Amino acid sequence: MRYSFFNLLKQSFNGHKSWEPAWKEAKLKPHYDVIIIGGGGHGLATAYYLAKELKIRNVAVLEKGYIGGGNTGRNTTIIRSNYLRDESAKLYNHAVDLWQDLTRELNFNVMYSSRGVYNLGHSLQDMRNIERRVGANILNGIDSEVVLPDELKRRIPIMNTSSKTRYPILGASYQKKGGVARHDAVAWGFARAASKLGVDIVQNCEVTGMQVQQGQIKGLQTSKGEVQADKVGIVVAGHSSVLAAMAGIRLPVISRPLQAFVSEPLKPILNTVVMSSQVHGYISQSNKGDLVIGGGVDGYTGYSQRGSPHTLEHTVQAMIELFPFISRVRMNRQWAGIVDILPDACPIVGKTPVKNLYINCGWGTGGFKATPGAGHVFAHTIANDEPHKLNSALTLDRFISGALVDEQGASGVAQH
Amino acid sequence: MLLIHCPYCGEKREEEEFTYDNEAGIVRPTDPEDLTDEEWGDYVFGRQNLCGPIYESWVHTAGCRKFLIVKRDNSNNKIDKTMTVQEASADKNYQEFNSTANSNIKKTNK
Ligand SMILES: Cc1cc2nc3c(=O)[nH]c(=O)nc-3n(C[C@H](O)[C@H](O)[C@H](O)COP(=O)(O)OP(=O)(O)OC[C@H]3O[C@@H](n4cnc5c(N)ncnc54)[C@H](O)[C@@H]3O)c2cc1C
Ligand SMILES: [Zn+2]
Repeated sequence: MRYSFFNLLKQSFNGHKSWEPAWKEAKLKPHYDVIIIGGGGHGLATAYYLAKELKIRNVAVLEKGYIGGGNTGRNTTIIRSNYLRDESAKLYNHAVDLWQDLTRELNFNVMYSSRGVYNLGHSLQDMRNIERRVGANILNGIDSEVVLPDELKRRIPIMNTSSKTRYPILGASYQKKGGVARHDAVAWGFARAASKLGVDIVQNCEVTGMQVQQGQIKGLQTSKGEVQADKVGIVVAGHSSVLAAMAGIRLPVISRPLQAFVSEPLKPILNTVVMSSQVHGYISQSNKGDLVIGGGVDGYTGYSQRGSPHTLEHTVQAMIELFPFISRVRMNRQWAGIVDILPDACPIVGKTPVKNLYINCGWGTGGFKATPGAGHVFAHTIANDEPHKLNSALTLDRFISGALVDEQGASGVAQH
Repeated sequence: MLLIHCPYCGEKREEEEFTYDNEAGIVRPTDPEDLTDEEWGDYVFGRQNLCGPIYESWVHTAGCRKFLIVKRDNSNNKIDKTMTVQEASADKNYQEFNSTANSNIKKTNK
């Protein structure tokens, strides 16, 4: 059923009793043309674009828990595309373009709010890097500008722009089109739209093994039994190494906890997104009013979705430095997700050494923003057995050839 | 917060005193020139990144500054034991873990 004013009106006469479930909970069939492992935003978006654009509709998304229960539902939802390298910036920007119209495309309100994103600089070297990155962005057609402290003070009065702080703010890069979106809605919106096109979404279905014959993927073992597939895409973020190992593949990925927390709801006080990779934290205010805050990754690898309190403490310190009023705000909840980190802080979206097995991983601390773009190009990669031009450099074998795409400086969170 | 027993100092100390180094058992190849690009790439970047009980190396940065080997279940953060590097080299299970640590894509893929 379409979500529209007309349908809202119609349902209201009936006491809202005949709304259908947003998407259909499917039973696992014995065979699929394409199976996507992982029901996060990226996996669901991949399935949606496979069905919508590439007309491959015998598709399943297998999710070991519930859809959006991984990093998609745990992230701080910052969206931007002001990355340094051509190879990555163009893909992030493709995603930002898709975000603009995603609510209409999916007929589901993903609450994309382009409230702008500031990346602060606190040293001369920071400012040089910012100037360089903004220059590179402009050459790539990405909206990006440098903002100096006086103007920052005017635009974000609640931020401490005094020159007397330990790490004074010397300026920022600003992307106007950047912003935030509702994370759950992204998972649900893609699930609903994919399900409508015939994609099977199977929850509580953990992939436990892979059947590889003569270097080619044939099928999967799951907690709901065996299933055959012509092609398989792995999209499991923090668990990428675990899944790849089932096909005998070693990845250059390490998995670490990344934490975030939210405050009690406050009156509107911050109408944009502020990030600082130097003092290390980022903040926005959700539509409900809570401050959404994140920081750096934890110091060691692991899969327990918890993280250490001292990492949190550093984030709080950074935030109080930037926004002194926070010292009196109560924090409501804290959590962690397991992020998949690659040495060059750029993802792998492409083929694997096993035929018909594809992988989308390594988005680390910053893949939510890429959800529609990554799903789109990954769907093309799977359907055509070759990368879309926007992910052609993001291969697994760049870690053999040495053609890394060094985004370390431009990704908002230092990853180690 | 992990509490890690330093086998050199003989005390259980907070994680913040330590620095995580890497998964244990990654050994620099003795003759890098003899390796293929795949093998070298795998040595430099490839990781087991296992979920479950693993061995990893840490440094007691704010203490004795020595390397130690920690056996930890990284799915629940339970530390099973810690060893000096010498103790580890005599530990059978640790040796077994190490033997797979450097296998490259080609070898494991056969
Ligand atoms: C605290 C935090 C803050 C972040 N902040 C931002 C941000 O501000 N901006 C941004 O762009 N990015 C951010 N990120 C990163 C972003 O969340 C991720 O890059 C992105 O959501 C990854 O999406 P995904 O769909 O690939 O993974 P996920 O949403 O993690 O989905 C993977 C799914 O695979 C499933 N799975 C795993 N193993 C199996 C198996 N064996 N069988 C079946 N299913 C399996 C999992 O249950 C999970 O649901 C943040 C991450 C965290 C943790
Ligand atoms: Zn010690």
